[in-house]
Amino acid sequence: MNRDAKSAPATVAEAESYIGTSVVRPQTKRLLAGRGVFTDDIKLPRMTHVAFLRSPHAHARIVSIDTAPAKAVPGVVAVVTGEELARVCEGWVGTLAHFAGMKSAKQYALAIGKATWQGEPVVAVVAESRAIAEDGVARVLVRWEPLPVVTDAETALDPATPVIHPDLGDNLAFKLELTSGDVDRAFREADAVYRETFWMGRHTGVTLEPRVILADFDPPEQCLTVYHSFQAPNMMQDILARHLRLPEHNVRVVCKDVGGSFGIKVHIYPDEMATCALAVMLGRPVKFLADRVESFLSDIHARDHRVTAEIGVKRDGTILGMRLDDLTGIGPYSVYPRTSAVEGNQTVRLTPSVYRFRDYAASLKVVLQNKTPMCQYRAVGHPIAFAVMEAMVDRVAREIGLDPVEVRRKNFVTRDMYPYTSPTGYFFERLSHEEALEKLLEISDYRALCAERDRLRSRGIYRGLGLCAFVELTTPGPAFYGVGGARISSQDGCTIKLEPSGKLVCMTGVTEQGQGTDTMLAQVVASAVGVPLEDVRVLTGDTLVSPYGGGTWASRGAGIGGEAALLAGKALKENILKVAAAVLACEPLDLDLRRGKIVDAATGEVRLDLAELGRIAYFRPDTLPKDFQSELAVTRHYVPRHQGFAFTNGIQLSHVEVDVDTGFVRLLGHWAVEDCGRIINPRLVDEQMRGAIAQGIGAALFEHCVYDAEGQLLNATLMDYLVPMAAEMPPIGVGHIETPTAFSEGGFKGAGEAGVAGAPGAVLNAVNDALAPFKARVTRQPITPEIVLKALGRLEER
Amino acid sequence: MRGPDMDSLEISLTVNGVPVRRRVEPRQSLVDFLRYELELTGSHVGCEHGACGACTVRVDGALVRGCLMLAVQADGCRVETIEGVAGRGEIFDLQQAFAEENALQCGFCTPGMLLTAHEILRQNPRADEMEIRKALSGNYCRCTGYHAIVEAVRKVGAARSGATR
Repeated sequence: MNRDAKSAPATVAEAESYIGTSVVRPQTKRLLAGRGVFTDDIKLPRMTHVAFLRSPHAHARIVSIDTAPAKAVPGVVAVVTGEELARVCEGWVGTLAHFAGMKSAKQYALAIGKATWQGEPVVAVVAESRAIAEDGVARVLVRWEPLPVVTDAETALDPATPVIHPDLGDNLAFKLELTSGDVDRAFREADAVYRETFWMGRHTGVTLEPRVILADFDPPEQCLTVYHSFQAPNMMQDILARHLRLPEHNVRVVCKDVGGSFGIKVHIYPDEMATCALAVMLGRPVKFLADRVESFLSDIHARDHRVTAEIGVKRDGTILGMRLDDLTGIGPYSVYPRTSAVEGNQTVRLTPSVYRFRDYAASLKVVLQNKTPMCQYRAVGHPIAFAVMEAMVDRVAREIGLDPVEVRRKNFVTRDMYPYTSPTGYFFERLSHEEALEKLLEISDYRALCAERDRLRSRGIYRGLGLCAFVELTTPGPAFYGVGGARISSQDGCTIKLEPSGKLVCMTGVTEQGQGTDTMLAQVVASAVGVPLEDVRVLTGDTLVSPYGGGTWASRGAGIGGEAALLAGKALKENILKVAAAVLACEPLDLDLRRGKIVDAATGEVRLDLAELGRIAYFRPDTLPKDFQSELAVTRHYVPRHQGFAFTNGIQLSHVEVDVDTGFVRLLGHWAVEDCGRIINPRLVDEQMRGAIAQGIGAALFEHCVYDAEGQLLNATLMDYLVPMAAEMPPIGVGHIETPTAFSEGGFKGAGEAGVAGAPGAVLNAVNDALAPFKARVTRQPITPEIVLKALGRLEER
Repeated sequence: MRGPDMDSLEISLTVNGVPVRRRVEPRQSLVDFLRYELELTGSHVGCEHGACGACTVRVDGALVRGCLMLAVQADGCRVETIEGVAGRGEIFDLQQAFAEENALQCGFCTPGMLLTAHEILRQNPRADEMEIRKALSGNYCRCTGYHAIVEAVRKVGAARSGATR
């Protein structure tokens, strides 16, 4: 502080705002030095490790289990079956009450009676090391009776198909019919109706750090401390308390560094629940770390849709109406507590969002299968909705001979139409489709790329350009989960305390998984309070100390966590100025706090250092007026009350080259423009976009969980399951539009889903543009060379 | 079934300049040895089959996958991990460029990325974008889309080749 005091000017002109600045994330120093603390890096005294015997069959009855040979392995601490564990850990059902008619079976931490997917955990072996635990797993003897499997979503509801959970009556988990306006009339009035079916493959998250959890139980205190690579610590705290029958305040969930999450680490996994239950059973720490094969078999899978779309249009390209039929396969259970129905629900509700037509009808069926459970992954439902919508828009342009840009301009919900409620009931406060499109065309030099594409075609080089406009659902309010009975918080809190040294410690319920939540919050807090950024330390991911909140998912960190931080920062500043006024015997209104100094509000003249204020408030309150009590730690909460979601929007362009002899698609460039409201840190938003685009590109071209007819996953390694690596990825240009929400003071909205929402549709349209000279068209994802060659007629359809 | 002590072997090696002598099970991978026996947790385990590069370390000056090499194979070797390389200041410029470009998000791939990037530039500081992308293709990153990583490596390469000119 002394150094600051010497170098500080006598006056401070104005408060410094860090909002809108690309400051460097302070916590990267640690990560760049190899000093991150990921959950597997934590070691506790008397720690044990668990490995699971997983079902080798997609569907099989467990006839008998002999654990004795495993128990005999030196170093094995315990071998536990489903029945034994169920005495400690209650099962769960993944349904939401507001999804009328939704059903799923009760699921347990370890399978009881039968296994329903290949990879379902069946027996737990706890040992002194993971290697010994695996030795134990190899010695457990299970007698299986294989049962007929349900793999194909198309036939899952046929009377001839076995019912996975007989108590449910059939394999239908959820169905939904949506209608708005009169699609039949719209189609009658249309000059043309186009129909197309899309198959969007199953893929998965592939976080580089696999799922990992370390549970530590203290029997005398009945306290459970869980270190978890997770996105929603309070949700886990609640679930552990209820299912393990512990007092909630005795359960502490700590999320240190998280090595990637993307929605994968926000669900309840049987093996993680089993790990915690084993810690309670054994009264000593138990760690579970998934290996990569286990990750592929047990992390939630994503998407897996068959969508049939029909669109009715006028000759000038005006869209009159649309019909959608979505079939989604979700594995044997709807995943607790968010449910696997949200993916399809969001797909059918999001599809018409960008365009102004009102006549829309959608039908959704969510069916059970004997495959790894499917649930919510980054941009839930979005990439399917917009790939389908935008592929149909491009189809219209191509069939009628219109410019894809003009068809979009003609049909966009325009700036004069907001606020606007979509035909499926989503409320859009104000979006910027037209501005985003213009900016995209500019940053990509779209017209030049089109000219180059046309020029090269005559030389036998087939390039394509694909647009994909989208909306993005962020900042979910209480109507999302709360009304459905899921105990997932839509509010979040922020506590900020002033240390005697004048530095700030900020604790929040939203979490950090690499997005830069810590940095973004520090920027908001430093700006709101009026201190240098480096004087703010942010702590996330510890349920014992941080205010209750939902964590980080559905792009809620900035919109909810950021707003709570802004409110808390302003309140703390007010309290600091009250203390300063008491010290200086003046009115708080005469003072301001700028860059860590109490200044005269009118002149900026420095009156008091924050450290001096801290010293007086904490150590010498006797020098303050007798009736004055300082409050230098404040908490404020925020819940979005005024709209269901803070929707954002954007548009992407993909530029590809297709080798028509081999079917290979090469990405040449990718551009995105997004509007996430008021931007806190542009560089962080850029990188959210780029990372998400890579995931969307992965889905579009490479990633696929391939099953055989027996429900065996055929590519459960990183050698066989392709993910985009540096050489496959093109440079990605990002542009921003800022339309702050007026419903919160900060105006912040989310940015994490947008990249995934638009990339698959952009790539699909680009490939189809490249194939247009051949009158060929692909409608399957991932777009493998095989799919391209089949579309070109150069490879026989099977 | 023999206990772990009965079939363990003694190895001696240097890790980040410090001599180390331990008894290890022959089946233990080098990265598990570094992480669990020596508590050097900077090297990460992402796939355990050599595809992701998170476990990259240097053995006698060459980059290896810590998950594909057994600890016993490192007997007599000089092993360097991110902790040692970063601690010596050898990659200070890369660390700084990664921070400035936000060329990392969760940070799990980062130690392997940094060691690989350093090796790419050691072989050719003038590597262009495509060369960098190809050379980084053994290192998986799920967060960034690689754009910022490639930028950071390119910038450091330019600075290093300028400095050595």
